[in-house]
Amino acid sequence: MLNLPPEADPAVAAEVDSLVAEHGRDRGALLPVLQEVQRRHGEISDLAVQVVADRFGVPPVDVLGVVTFYRFLAGRRGRHVVRLCRTLSCAMAGADDIGARLERELGVPMGGTTDDGAVTVEWVHCIGQCDRAPAMLVDDDAVGDLDGDRAAETVAAVRARDRTLRDEVAVRVGPTDDQRSP
Amino acid sequence: MPVPARNAPSPGAGTSTTVSVTVDGTRIDVPAGVTILDAADSAGIRIPTLCHHPDLRDAGVCRVCVVEVAGQRGLQAACTYPVTDGVAVRTGSLRVTQARRDVVDLLLAEQAGDCPACLRYGRCELHDLAAEVGAGGLDCPAPEPGRLVDLLGPSVAVDLNACIGCLRCVRACAEVQGIGVLGVVGRGPSTQVSTYGGLPLSQVSCIDCGQCVSHCPTGALQAVDGTADVLAALADPTKHVVIQTAPAPRAAIGEEFGLPAGTAVTWQLNTALRMLGFERVFDTTFAADLTVIEEGTELLLRLYRALVQGDTAVALPQFTSCSPGWVKDLELRYPEYLANLSSCRSPQQMFGSLLKTWYAPAHGLDPADVVSVSLMPCTAKKFEAARPELTHDGRPDVDVALTTRELARMVRGRGIALTDLAPSDFDDPFGTATGSGVIFGVTGGVMESALRTVVEWVTGQPGEEYLTHADLAPVRGFDGVRYAEVTFDRVGPVPPILTGLLPDLEWLRGVTLRVAVAHGTANAHRVMEDIRAGGLFASCHFIEFMACPGGCLGGGGQPVPVTPAVRAARARAFYAEDEHYGATGRTRKSHENLALQRLYRDVLVDGPCGPTSRRLLHTTYTARGTYLPVGGEPGAEPAP
Repeated sequence: MLNLPPEADPAVAAEVDSLVAEHGRDRGALLPVLQEVQRRHGEISDLAVQVVADRFGVPPVDVLGVVTFYRFLAGRRGRHVVRLCRTLSCAMAGADDIGARLERELGVPMGGTTDDGAVTVEWVHCIGQCDRAPAMLVDDDAVGDLDGDRAAETVAAVRARDRTLRDEVAVRVGPTDDQRSP
Repeated sequence: MPVPARNAPSPGAGTSTTVSVTVDGTRIDVPAGVTILDAADSAGIRIPTLCHHPDLRDAGVCRVCVVEVAGQRGLQAACTYPVTDGVAVRTGSLRVTQARRDVVDLLLAEQAGDCPACLRYGRCELHDLAAEVGAGGLDCPAPEPGRLVDLLGPSVAVDLNACIGCLRCVRACAEVQGIGVLGVVGRGPSTQVSTYGGLPLSQVSCIDCGQCVSHCPTGALQAVDGTADVLAALADPTKHVVIQTAPAPRAAIGEEFGLPAGTAVTWQLNTALRMLGFERVFDTTFAADLTVIEEGTELLLRLYRALVQGDTAVALPQFTSCSPGWVKDLELRYPEYLANLSSCRSPQQMFGSLLKTWYAPAHGLDPADVVSVSLMPCTAKKFEAARPELTHDGRPDVDVALTTRELARMVRGRGIALTDLAPSDFDDPFGTATGSGVIFGVTGGVMESALRTVVEWVTGQPGEEYLTHADLAPVRGFDGVRYAEVTFDRVGPVPPILTGLLPDLEWLRGVTLRVAVAHGTANAHRVMEDIRAGGLFASCHFIEFMACPGGCLGGGGQPVPVTPAVRAARARAFYAEDEHYGATGRTRKSHENLALQRLYRDVLVDGPCGPTSRRLLHTTYTARGTYLPVGGEPGAEPAP
């Protein structure tokens, strides 16, 4: 019996239960549920892993096995993920310089996430945009034929859109934790 | 939790289609869909394997069993390749033997560490395989660091530097036991077997059953070693070191000395133990008989409260509590059923309690100088011995629980040739055991023992006229679970030992006692789910649960390797000893044990389940739940 301690956030279990109601508790639904948790919170917490394991009827270490197998499920993720290709065609077309420019623009090293949780920037291997090298993925969209300026402008626009959306939401329902002044 | 069927059917298997396959030029007719490995085996052709185990679903991870299949470019794993009509296989070609040698070389390269220092040295399946295929000597860099090492115990020690990734432990824990505390994390070269968050076993929902140890081919998983403490005590002249031995180790320890499985060496072992320096050698089956008296009484008292007093709060069915792995499993996963557990301690613990509280003073010994050791087939007994409620004056009732393998090491280490020794008997005052106690170690044995006594108490007739182990019948849809009914068509007077507890036994006239027996915790979980759902087992009165497959004879502390055939041979040894007792005039019923009767006359004077018994021989349990307090981020990259 999964005996959650009193200090455990009940919202986690409630959210997992609603996801299970939507996707089912067949083992094949494990990945979509984990991805959704990751998408909503930027990470899959230990508590979420244990609740997911309990609801799916699989051992917690099995769920951890899934989470640690896929890089896109591990660690913290920003609300938007920028993936810059480092494979041969893009590398020869100057991906290293693009990477350095993105790091300066966002103020985080490759693999890092901005403080406001908006953007994670990381290297990725071939995304099949070799004819438009150097290229990157911004969430699910491919952006190719990059130079330093174009790459910087693209991520700046992503951050601006993110800020605007969150300001709109804050007006309607109140500020989120990271928008409140410390 | 739902557990996949252990042997998922391959396509076409279970049908009546027969196909013709050729293995090494020999034509064999086999059912469609069986694996090449099984097909070859049916023709007496041996293909070496490693990750294959008859208890487990095949995973095909080690690649030792690769063979040539005509028409396939790459070599195929025989354990997971289903045959089709006309398939031709070569198991011993030069290509295959070279590949096998390379595979074993790579497996050896998975390990870091010092083989001669390992307790499995000389008994390691990987080494045997390497010798067989001619592997060894491949110069490879050491594997990645960061593997789980957990030597804290209390029962199982983990050093995954010796792990070769066969996943037998993972499969045993998940499939055979339905526990699943071992899993595979990471990917590619970082793939490794681990627990949740790399936590020690004592902090995850491990039940200490040791089936992982039982199935591990190397020294990566072992029982925590208590031999050093025991040898130190034996060498200490101020200590009075006694040992109680259980029947399951006695039926199996011969395997460590070259005897076939199922050869009991009980009497020679007694001699060996005295040669090691134990001052007294006692028989745990004495305490097994004691457990029958206490637990049988407890059952009748529960039934009386339920059937006569109409007490709806009384917990039925009563669950046996002598398997500490099962007890911990219930405490973790079904804590709402704690009240169903018999309050009786296990035989090991009843014995330990009597040793420290009665035996010591009765023999002029300070309990602090008595070192109580047990020989058990079980790794969970180490956990049980360390339970805080099973102590007196802050000292454990059982100081060290040794596994069969540990004791075999001690005997070998002293150069004792066990099989050449003369037999000798157990020591009094606990030496007299009955055949009943002897069969505790096999699944169904506790039930049969208990009913021999309970039925005779109630009816005045021998228990075997109502139930023998042949009457315990498998339950459809429940692997590893059996069921029986006993109807009390007659009742007699209340037997003297129960006087004062029950006014009469009339209330049992015509009552049908429903009992069940389950072994292996995956099967136990299915029974628990059925009870939760109000099914057949919810209507039972008494259920015997054993954590390990086959019962204690298949315990995590027994000689390895273990297979269904080995367990069956050990089971035969138990029943043979039971019959031998009857044939040689020794009693087969717990309540006829004379030394036991003296104990109730002189020590447990207020009778079974009375205040003295409750204080010395009963216990309480702890609701645990399966929440794992981790902290930190799961899914974070493991530290380099």
